[in-house]
Formats: sequence, C-alpha cells, structure tokens
Amino acid sequence: MENYTLVVLTLAATIRVATPLVLAAIAGMFSERAGVIALGLEGMMLGAAFAAAAVSAVSGSAWLGLGAGMAASVALALLIGFATVTHRGNQVIAAMAINIMIAGLGPTLGLAWFGLGGQTPQLEGAGQRFTALAWPGVEAARAHPFPGLLYAELLSGQNLIVYLAALLVPLSAWVLYRTRFGLRLRAVGENPLAVDTAGISVTGLRYQALAICGALAGVAGTYLSTAASAGFSRDMTAGKGYLALAALIFGKWKPYPTLGACLLFAFTDAVAAQLQGRSLPFVGVVPVQFIIALPYVLTVLLLAGFVGKAVAPAAIGVPYSKEK
Amino acid sequence: MNAPAKLPRWAELGLLPLVNLAAALLLSGVIVKVLGESPWAALKLLASGSLGSEENIGYTLYYATNFMFTGLAVAVAYHAGLFNIGGEGQAYVGGLGVGLVALWLGGRAPFLVVLPVAILGGAVFGAAWAFIPAWLQARRGSHIVITTIMFNFIGSALMTYLLVNVLIKPGQQSPETREFGATAFMPAASDLLAKAGIDFSPSPLNLAFVVALGAGALVWVLVWRTRWGYALRVAGQNQAAAVYAGISPPRIIVQSMLLSGALAGCLALNELMGSQHRILIDFPGGAGFVGIAVALMGRNHPAGIFLSAVLFGALAQGGSQLSFDMPKINRDMVVVIQGLVILFCGALENVMRAPLAAVFARLAGRREAEG
Repeated sequence: MENYTLVVLTLAATIRVATPLVLAAIAGMFSERAGVIALGLEGMMLGAAFAAAAVSAVSGSAWLGLGAGMAASVALALLIGFATVTHRGNQVIAAMAINIMIAGLGPTLGLAWFGLGGQTPQLEGAGQRFTALAWPGVEAARAHPFPGLLYAELLSGQNLIVYLAALLVPLSAWVLYRTRFGLRLRAVGENPLAVDTAGISVTGLRYQALAICGALAGVAGTYLSTAASAGFSRDMTAGKGYLALAALIFGKWKPYPTLGACLLFAFTDAVAAQLQGRSLPFVGVVPVQFIIALPYVLTVLLLAGFVGKAVAPAAIGVPYSKEK
Repeated sequence: MNAPAKLPRWAELGLLPLVNLAAALLLSGVIVKVLGESPWAALKLLASGSLGSEENIGYTLYYATNFMFTGLAVAVAYHAGLFNIGGEGQAYVGGLGVGLVALWLGGRAPFLVVLPVAILGGAVFGAAWAFIPAWLQARRGSHIVITTIMFNFIGSALMTYLLVNVLIKPGQQSPETREFGATAFMPAASDLLAKAGIDFSPSPLNLAFVVALGAGALVWVLVWRTRWGYALRVAGQNQAAAVYAGISPPRIIVQSMLLSGALAGCLALNELMGSQHRILIDFPGGAGFVGIAVALMGRNHPAGIFLSAVLFGALAQGGSQLSFDMPKINRDMVVVIQGLVILFCGALENVMRAPLAAVFARLAGRREAEG
C-alpha cells in the first residue's frame, strides 16, 4: 500500500515535471522542423517566466501573466528570426545570445522594478496563479485507493496548463502531418529551395514557425513561474530549455515520441527526487547526480547512433539564400 | 538580397566589431536608462571600477585571464568549423585535473614542478571532456553543439558527485576539497612585481595571466604558422577542398577539439591555483559562455581575444562596482551586456555590414571620380 502510494505520487510528480518539457519540446519541434535550431528555448522560457510572474504580480491576473509571458517569448523568437532568417546570422550564436541576455535581464528588471534582489513578488492572491483543479468526487475516490488514488492524483489535481500540454501533442501532430501548413513547414526544414520554387515564402514560413515556437515556449515559462512555483526566481529554468531540446532530439523530432521522451526524462527527475539519500536493496545508495545526468547521457547515446538513429531535418541551421 | 557585402580588411577586422560593440553598449545604456539610472554615470562607474586603481586593474586582468582561456578555446574550434559550446564543462572537468595535481603535489614538490604538471593535468582533463563530442562529430556525425551542451550538464553532475561524495574535505558541510599545499598556489602578481622592485597593490591577479598570454601566442603559432594550422583552417572553411588536398577532416575535428578542450581546461590555473586554492562547486561560473562572446568580439584571433577578454574582464569587475554604487542595478546587468555583445557582434553582424559597405563604396566612388 505504501509502495502503491509512492508510485502514484512519483507518477504525479512526473506529470508536473513533464508539462513544461512537453510544451517547450513541441515548441522546439515547430522551430526545428522549419529549419531553425531551437537552442533559444531556454531564454524564451526564462523570459516568459519573468514576464508572466511580473505581470501577474502587478495585475493580479494569471491570465494576463500568461499573455505577457507568451508575448515576451514570441518577441524573443522573432528577434532570433530577425537575426537568422532575415539577416542570415548564425542560429547557434543568436540563440546563445538570447539565453545569456535573458539570464541577466530577468533579475536586473526584477531588482529595478520590485527591489527584491532579482525576484518577483510572491504570487499569493487569488487568481494570480494557475492552481490545481479538483475534479468532482475526488474525496470519495480517495476512499478507494485503487483506482481512486490514480483518479485523484493523476487525472484530477492538475492545473489548466497541464491539460493544455496534454492536448497540445495530438493537436501539433495533426497540424504537422494533416494540414497544408504542416506539410510546408516540414518541407521548409528539409528542402527550402523546393518550397521557394513552389512560390511559397521560406522567410514567411520560418517566421510563422518561430512565432508558434515562441508562443508555446511562453506557456512553458509561464507554467514555471505561475503554476509550478509562486513567482520568478533567478535561473528558474535551470536548463529545462536544453533538456526539452534533448527530449525533442530523443523523440526524433516527432510529436508522440517526443512526448514519450519528455515523460521519460521527467520520470527520471521524479525518481531522483524520491531516491535522494535513500538506500536501495542490493544496490545501496544510488548517487542522485547519475540519475540527473541520465537524460543527457541517453541523448548523447542516441545522437551517436548507439540507441536508434536520430536524423535531424536536413536544412536545419542553414540560412536560406536565394542565390545559392 | 545582394551578395555578401565586401568591406576593406581593416574595417572588417577593426571597424565592424567596434560599431557592433557600440550598438550593444548603446542598447545597454537604454536599458540602464529604463531602470531609472543615468547611463553616463553607469559608464563612469564601470570605467573607474575596472581601471580606476591598481587593485581594480588587477581584478580586471584576473577575470580577463579566465576569458582568454575560454575565448581561445572557442576560437580554435571555430577555425576548424566547429562550435564548441562545451567550454564551461571542459573548464569544470579540466579544473579537476588541475586540482588533483595541486592536491597531490602541493606542499610536496616545488612550484616549478607543480606548474607544468598542473598545466598538463588541466589540459588532459579538459581535452578528455572534449574528446567524446569531438569523436562523435568526426565519426558518427553527431551535432557537436548539442553534444557539448549535454556534456556541460553531464560534467556538472559528475563534478557535483565527486565533490559531494569523494573529494570533500572530511568533517565539513560545503562540498569543497581541502586547501592545496602552499607550493600549488600561483604566485600573485603583486609578489612577483615586488621582486622586480615594482610596487603593485595586492589583487587576485597572478602568474596564470602570463600562462594565458603564452597560450594565446601558442594558438597564433599553431593556427597561422604551422602546416597543421593550415590544414585546420582549410578543413574549417571547405571540407571538400580539404579532402581534395589530402587533409582528413575527421582527424582535424578531433585534434582541434582536443586543443580547444585543453585550453578551456587551463582556466583552473587562474581560478583555482591562483585564487580559490581548492576545488569548489561551479567554479567556472559561466566563463565558458563568456568565452563565446570574447571569441566573437575578438574575431577569433589571439590578439583580438586578448583585447576583448580585457574588455569583458573590465565589465565583470566594473559590474561589481556598479551594483555597489547604484542600488537599482546588480551584477546581472553585466550578463545582459554580455548577451547583447554576442547578439550584435555575432548574430546580427551582417546587419551593420551592408550599410557600412555602402558607405565605403560611395567613398571609393568619390575618390575615383576625383582621381
């Protein structure tokens, strides 16, 4: 019974950790499938986390916070577009510039505006955060732990953004594989010349892809500061943007495998939290750091072709120029 | 779109970076203004905080030493056509090599023995951490940007594990090693200059600065004055031409990344042997990423890297002064400026090139008309 509760709670933690990863990884998928490296996810999420928390703190509305988070993130994505699509700058450099700049800008603005050492005020008021929604009959379900606890802890008790992230995966799969826009998006990431020859604007498509990427990464960042925690703190993304990118690669740039990779990475995180300082039978104390490093090791192994093969979109990272 | 605009060589190497830097600083000034402080006063504080006294200059050059190592690391890989974002991890793991040598030989062997072995230790450990991403890029085509990022995280986890569980000084809470023996301390610049009869205020500036200058000279000789350096640059610019010339790009990839990692790994000579005198958590403190800005700004040339490393050192040191005297600004503002410099000198470098080229074309046209 105790073990059962532990498993359910670990799975619930997995869902909470996976949500921003799924949002960011799908965001990255739109960018990378269109041929723009999604290294900027970290900066977009962090920027959105700050904007959302700041606006929510001032306005008292989590929804306005979400809007601000998405707007900030889209603006950063379009800035990357301006540098790399319009002016054919290096995509890796543009993304790293955004990531570093935002890592400093959040705490800088936070200090100047709120005077709290680079944080935003605690979001305590009603409606300032996306809080857990309780489904009907949760208390009754708890009385019958199996399967009631699954219902109470996994299906119910999540905030709105979690359900949004869950819906996003089939939706993005449909957009990518079943719509004209999705077809063109994938084409522009594989062979932009062909898209151009067909009379469709490569630049326009890549900007649209980046805008979608920014919007979704904005939701992911908003989740971090207004749902998972109550306010912005320095470096609160803590590499989640890079982890989402790893999940995207591990998912071979496809929606459902990417979801699987996010859940796997989130599960290792949840397990690491559970195992902190515990001794397992036969194994002894498992160093938490090894579990934390596991997603990165797995991604490297995949990229190396030792566990399956990940083939990136062919035109990724290459600025498109009509002359060549 | 026109073909890439052409600039005279001096403008390409000197003027364009300065124009881009000016744009980045201008935007930084706007941000300072938005924060409610005077940009002009902030600039003066930055200048006096970084260059206003011997001690401040010492701190500036001390930070610059770190950035020279990581900037050179990025530049060497860049000339081979590779983007090494793993400088942070390579510097961190390289520090393990330096630190182990310092813990082992410090107090047992004279400094003149410790120094070369420590350099070797840092270089070997840093190179080792760059080797796997390099080999995977060379032999299996794994994107080196992604793998080096992954290795930053893996290196961080590894170092945390080692410091928390293995290397920690018994009987203390914070994950740090014991202090190095005294012969593993880098001689401070003030002590060295005192021996030469020059009075210089004490600061963390130490002999590692000279080692970094030497590394810069070594990189210059290797990349521009040797057959290997030629092969490196050819492979970096045109792989097909390199193969045609009998150069093996995979071999160049691995060799250049080994050198790159070795350079980053030497950061600990300054940070650990020069200042902290122990291995501690996250001691590179982002210097690996600053190296990207330094290399871009310095046009990947050792001389340029020296200048831009001093500039970023001044920013790092002046930033502390800034946060001290301006209550609305903290040291993170320096990180913003670093990001803006990367943005303008790297990602947006083409934006300024075309208008500049137009100016030069008009000037050239006028000269022809007159002559």
